[in-house]
Amino acid sequence: MSILVVNEYADFNTLKELLGVTDGNLASHAKALEAEQYIMIEKQFIGKKPKTRYMATKDGRKAFKDHIDALEKLIKKS
Amino acid sequence: MENYLKDIQDIKKMMDRSSQFLSLSGMAGIMAGIYALIGAYFVSRIYDFNYGHYITLESTSFKMMILIAAGVFVLSVVTAYILTVQKAKKQGETVWNSTSKRLAINFMIPLLTGGIFAVLLIRNHYYGLIAPITLLFYGLSIINASKYTVRDVRYLGLTIIIIGLLATAFMGYGLEFWALGFGVCHIIYGSVMHFKYDRNQ
Repeated sequence: MSILVVNEYADFNTLKELLGVTDGNLASHAKALEAEQYIMIEKQFIGKKPKTRYMATKDGRKAFKDHIDALEKLIKKS
Repeated sequence: MENYLKDIQDIKKMMDRSSQFLSLSGMAGIMAGIYALIGAYFVSRIYDFNYGHYITLESTSFKMMILIAAGVFVLSVVTAYILTVQKAKKQGETVWNSTSKRLAINFMIPLLTGGIFAVLLIRNHYYGLIAPITLLFYGLSIINASKYTVRDVRYLGLTIIIIGLLATAFMGYGLEFWALGFGVCHIIYGSVMHFKYDRNQ
């Protein structure tokens, strides 16, 4: 989510490279986020190659912000 | 408790890593500045050599000047590339990825515009504006690119724009302002960047 919140979109390989995870790992986490409607998955074909793009949704951005705010509050408390 | 702090730090790091290209080397700026000053020195010798005459487009003097300018540019780019690759390797990052591509495109668009504009100016014999125009467009290119790399670079861009405007206000000192903007500024900012970021790696 961190990546998708500061970028308009990110494609599969970029996410894979930045997060250092396997294909399956990334795909399953992405599916989970999509189920919560935090991200949108866009599948296209460039010629014969499939290209998958991920974008954060409005709900996703809000959830992320809430998460950060919560973390900050917890830190401030101590 | 520490876990929460680390979480936030990790999140911030990931946000930066995915949107900013952080492998730019400060040394590259310093070297570019040095090349520019050397180039400016040689150009001033050409001016002295032609004292009292206009340098025409067809003359060897003008061709030498273009050669020097091109030389400075090529040397700066090559040095910057080599140093950046070095730094990226040290950081464990790739050099050519989506962030560096974005950086390159956003830097090149205003830069090429300025370059083409300058060439057209030469063709139309508006020589006086060349130094200010190149400075201004370069400054704008940097500001545009600063969004995609270390933000401090923004100040270099702003400084160069101011120098470009001063060069327009005080026509006739193109070479001096050029040396100031491309030479001195790069050395100063390159040093600041180097000591602020590169040393800690």
